[in-house]
Parts: sequence; structure tokens; C-alpha cells
Amino acid sequence: MPIQYYIYLALALFSIGVIGVLVRKNAIIVFMCIELMLNAVNLLLVAFSKMHHGVAFAADKTSTAGIDGQLFVFFIMVVAAAEVSVGLAIIVMLYRNTHSVDVNFLNRLKN
Amino acid sequence: MSKLVYLIPLFPLIGFLINGLGRKSLSKSAIGVIGSGAILASFVTSLVLFFEVKNHGAIPVQQLFTFIDVQTLKIAFAFQVDQLSSLFLLIITGIGFLIHLYSTAYMHEEEPQHFGRYFAYLNLFVFSMLLLVLGANYVIMFIGWEGVGLCSYLLIGYWFKNDNYNYAAKKAFVMNRIGDLGFLLAVFWLIVRLGTVNYADVFAAANHLSSFDITAITILLFVGAMGKSAQIPLYTWLPDAMAGPTPVSALIHAATMVTAGIYMIARSNVLYSMSHVTMNLVAIIGLVTALFAATIAIKQNDIKKVLAYSTVSQLGYMFLGLGVGAYTGSVFHVMTHAFFKALLFLGAGSVIHAMHHEQDIRNMGGLKKKLPITHITFLIGCIAISGIPPFSGFFSKDEILAAAYAHSPIYWGVGVATAGLTAFYMFRLYATTFLGTFRGTHDQEHHLHESPSAMTIPLIVLAALSVLGGLIGVPEILGGHHELHHFLSPVLTTEQHHEIEHGTEFMLMGISVALAAIAIAVAILRYSKKPEMADATGFGKVLANKWYVDELYDAIVVKPLNAMAVFFKNIIEKSGIDGVVNGVGKFVSYGSRQMRLLQSGQVNAYVLMMVLAMVVMLLIWLQEGFIVKTFVKLFN
Repeated sequence: MPIQYYIYLALALFSIGVIGVLVRKNAIIVFMCIELMLNAVNLLLVAFSKMHHGVAFAADKTSTAGIDGQLFVFFIMVVAAAEVSVGLAIIVMLYRNTHSVDVNFLNRLKN
Repeated sequence: MSKLVYLIPLFPLIGFLINGLGRKSLSKSAIGVIGSGAILASFVTSLVLFFEVKNHGAIPVQQLFTFIDVQTLKIAFAFQVDQLSSLFLLIITGIGFLIHLYSTAYMHEEEPQHFGRYFAYLNLFVFSMLLLVLGANYVIMFIGWEGVGLCSYLLIGYWFKNDNYNYAAKKAFVMNRIGDLGFLLAVFWLIVRLGTVNYADVFAAANHLSSFDITAITILLFVGAMGKSAQIPLYTWLPDAMAGPTPVSALIHAATMVTAGIYMIARSNVLYSMSHVTMNLVAIIGLVTALFAATIAIKQNDIKKVLAYSTVSQLGYMFLGLGVGAYTGSVFHVMTHAFFKALLFLGAGSVIHAMHHEQDIRNMGGLKKKLPITHITFLIGCIAISGIPPFSGFFSKDEILAAAYAHSPIYWGVGVATAGLTAFYMFRLYATTFLGTFRGTHDQEHHLHESPSAMTIPLIVLAALSVLGGLIGVPEILGGHHELHHFLSPVLTTEQHHEIEHGTEFMLMGISVALAAIAIAVAILRYSKKPEMADATGFGKVLANKWYVDELYDAIVVKPLNAMAVFFKNIIEKSGIDGVVNGVGKFVSYGSRQMRLLQSGQVNAYVLMMVLAMVVMLLIWLQEGFIVKTFVKLFN
């Protein structure tokens, strides 16, 4: 498939994620949108990796170009997992103190 | 021996520092001793130097250090003691010492710290005046010139709690400054044309100046003299300056500061004699001032104001003398006038002291029995100023009048008329104050007593000088040798010697003495029994109101200046400059208030800002080349 389709899809997913982070009130939904952004980037990385490998394979059957993209996806997934665990821990503490997961409730930084 | 010159101004300077800085901790007697002692030391040193000059001629110029050193212009801080300055030194320190002595008794009611302030200012004044006459160039003279103006302001406003006195002090200072501008312009002109301000160099090179230059420089210097020596039109400060203590009036406004203008012109006689225009100007202004002030004096009722207008009038005489080339005569009159005017002022102070600060002569009268020494000395002063021989005033005034006659009989006529007026108003003052019956309150009458010896001794000394001081200038036709003329001739090189027939000169003398005697007789007869109590009417009212000159100046100069100042304050200062400066502050606080609103505490807002920033960074990264190219084109 032409690479543009992957790019458009990843762009759409990423934009939805950004808008979701900016707009949504519920903290858990915000986290889901962050995961969405990360997954969009993962998709794009895998797509580009395949593209570059395909080009290099057509020229030389033994090349291993383009593996770096897929390698980086692993890293991103690990980081995402760690970040989710920490973030959810924070949300649980927040809920315990204020009995809500409303982001707008966190305006104690105002003064 | 010549190094002693440095000591002369040094003593009063030290006296000023000690009394000024220590005024809160010294006792009044200590302050008095230090202040008077400093001037006495200067007097003794001046006496030594005077005899040195008399016997061996002028002392070479003593240079302390280079005051101004700019490329080719070198102005030295140097002292010049020659015949003219040594004579003035004696006058300043001698009469200064007597007045310091007098002040220790006159000002005894003051608190110690104000007493100290007074003596500090007096010493500073003497220091400045000494600098003025000792200077070897116009710049040092100007330092002294400004210094005496400053001290005049400080001393007139000595009783600073009274607003009227402060106003008088300001008026004196501002009018002085107007004159100073003329003086400064003359100095600048000299520097531009000749590159030097030393007396010796300027007078030697005077031939190289064009006549326009000479006339301009001398007229500008004379403007300075007009302000300092109270000639028309810058004279109105002197009567108002009577707000200061009486010894101050005696020292500054009779004997020394106001004579600075005459000293300056006598010193610059080489320049003045080269310009007929200026000489005529000086003579005419002097003559008009003399007559004008004399007419005002005949209707004044404050004892000090009469003497103040008398001073203005006598200064007019001195300028008349300078204007007709009788430099020696003017300097002679400076000397004799210093004696009898200081005597008259100190005598007036004695009267004021006895009358417990009453100054209106209509409330006095018959004081001759209660204040004998004051009475006799005041009478001697009045006779001297009226020009009755053989008292000193006769010789000096007569010399000026003879020179005026040689120049133009009209000058002489106006001068003699003024002399008659002088005798008239002085004896009006004398008769109203000392003769007749006492017109004051009972309380004042009980407190009348002769002043302490610290006040009467200076009176006696000055009276003796007023009687004998003329003997150094007895003209040849009366059998004298006019020693003063011979003494001053090395400095007053361009003196014009008038040739009048002996017969004419005797007639001139006779007329002026007769006129004075008649005026005295009329005044005494008119005023001793029944003094002028009512307010003046008609033309007398114009005279009593000083020809309304003050009101004229007020309307022409003072009110427009005040209006301009108010305009500057409200429009430019308040709205303009303050607006800009405060506006910057307001702008900063407005900006910071708006910035504070960014910190809402809303997490959403912060995330939005992060996203926007990243978008902007992305755009810049993508379009870097284009952005750099635009900036380069803009700034080139």
C-alpha cells in the first residue's frame, strides 16, 4: 500500500489524541488519548520501517536496512507502560483526596 | 615675606570652617574670639604687606597652582598684591574686624549655634572678598565675586524664619546673578580674543583688540558691576537687603561687597580708558543713580532704608568718578565712604539696639541725651558724608566733582545738586532721630541706654577715620601732596588729569560746601522740632514709594517669569515628564497583571500552551531558511 495511507491514518489518530488531551474532562480519558498518540507514532514507525526495508530488499536480498524503526517501537511501548503505571497511581491518589477525576478540579496551582 | 599673601585669605577661611562646623559645640565667646581674631590676623598681615608695597613697590604675583589647564588655556590660582589691592585689603580687613567686634555685642541675643552660623558666614564673606581683590586674573576675581554674592544671600536671610527676609535674600542673589552673566560673558570674550585672563597679560595686549571688542568687554564687565554695586537698573535689591542684621548691612552693603564693582573697573582702567562709549555710559548711569537714589532717600522713614539709598547714591558718585577718568578719586571715595557709611550703619545699629529693634525714625527723637557716644559719632558721620571740610568726605567727593566739571559742567551741576540732597536727607535723619523730643513708647524710653563698649569702640575708631581719613588725599591747591594719588599711580596708569584753573576750582569747592551747609541748616531747622509724621502726599508719595520701580519690575519681569514657571510645572513637568516616567511604571505593572492571568491553575491551559509551542517550533524548523533570509533582508 502506498505510504501516504499510513501517514494519513497516523496523522488522524495523533490529532484525535491531541484534541482529546486538550478537551476532555475526565483524567482517565485523557490518559487513553495519550496512549492513542503513542500508538499512532508506533504505527508510523513500523510503516516507515517496512517501506525502507522493502526498498533495500529490492536492491540487495541480504540487506537488513530499516530494522531500526521496529526496534524503536519496542522502546516506545516500554516507556508507555511505565508511564501509564505511574499516571494511574497519581490518579488513584487524586481520587482518594478529592473523590473525583475531574481535571479542572486541579486548579490549586492558581495561587 | 611675600609668602605671607597666602595667610591673608587663609585666616578667615579657617575661621569659617571652625565656626561653621563647630557651631553646635562652641560657646558664644569662643565663636566671637575665633571669628574676630581671624580677621584681626588678616588685618595685621595686610598691614605688613601694605608697608612692603609702599616701600618697595608691588609684590610679584604669587602663584599657588594651575586652576584650569585646557590645551592652550592656562588659568592660574594666583595672588597679586600691588598698590590697589593692598589698599583694599586694609579697608576690608580693618573695617571687617571692627564689624566683627561690633557683632559680638549686637548679636548677643542669638543662640550659640546661630551665633556660630553668623560668624561663619561673615568669615566666609571676608574670605571671598579677599579672593576678589587679591586675584591676579579675572577668573579668581570672579570666584570671589560669586562668593560675596552667595554670602550676601546667606546673611540677608540670616533670620530665615521670616519669609520677607528670605524673599529679600533671593532678590539680592538673583539680581547679582544677572550682573554675573555680564561678567562671565566678558571673561569668555577675553579668552576667545586674547587667550588669557591675567591682568598683566590682558592690559599689555589690550592694543591688539578692536575697539568693538574693548567696548563690548567693558560694557559687559560694567553690567556685572551694575548688579554687584547696585546701579540702575539692578539696584532694588540693596534697600531690601536691609532685612539682614545691621552689622551685615554695614560690612557688605556699605563698605565692601558693593565696592567690588568699583575695584574691578579701577583694576581694568587700561581697558576702560580705551573706550569712550563705555566711559560715558558709566558716568551717566552713575550720575543718574546718584540723583535718583538721593530723591528717594529724602522721604524714607526707616533708618536703615535711608542709609541704603544713601549707599546707592554714593556708589553712583564713585561710578561717575570712574566714568570721567578720576580713578584715584573714586578709590579715595570708596575708602572714605567705607569709613563713614560703616560708621553710620553701626550707629544706626546702636540706635536700633537701644530702641529694642525699632527702626522707624518717626518713633524716635531726642536720643542725644541717652546715647551720647552714638550721637557724637553719628553726627561726625553725617558731617563727613555731607562733604564738609576738613572731614574725609569733602576731599574725596570734591575730587570727583572737579573731574566731572572738567568733563562737562552739566555733570558737575547734577553732582552738586545731589550733594546738596545728600546733606539734606542725612541731616533730616540725624535731626529726626537725635534731636527734639522722644516720640516712642514709655517702655522704650525706660530701656534706652548707651551700647556696650564692644559696639562703641568701633564707632569711635570709625569716627576718627572719618575725620582724619581725608588727609591722605589733600589736593595740591589746598596745600597737600595728595599722597594717595602718588601711591596708586603705578596701577591707575590711565588716570585723566584734569586741568582746571585754581580760581575755578576754589569756586567749585566753595559752591558745593555752601550748598551742603545750607541744606544742613534747612534740614535741622525743619526737622528738629516737628518731624514729618504724616504719610507723604502728591510727589512726596511717589518718592516715598521709591518711584514705583519695584512695582514696575514686578509687572515686567517677575509676574511673566512666575507665569512661565507655573506653565512649565503644570504642562511640561506634571503631564509631560511625569507622565512618561509614571507611564513606564504603569505599563510594566499592567503587563505583569496580564501575565499573571496565564497562571490559571487549569492543567488544560498548560497543555494547550505546550502544544502551541511545539507547533510553532515545528514551523520554525521547517521554514528555517526562509525566516533567516527575511531577517537578513530586513536589517540590511
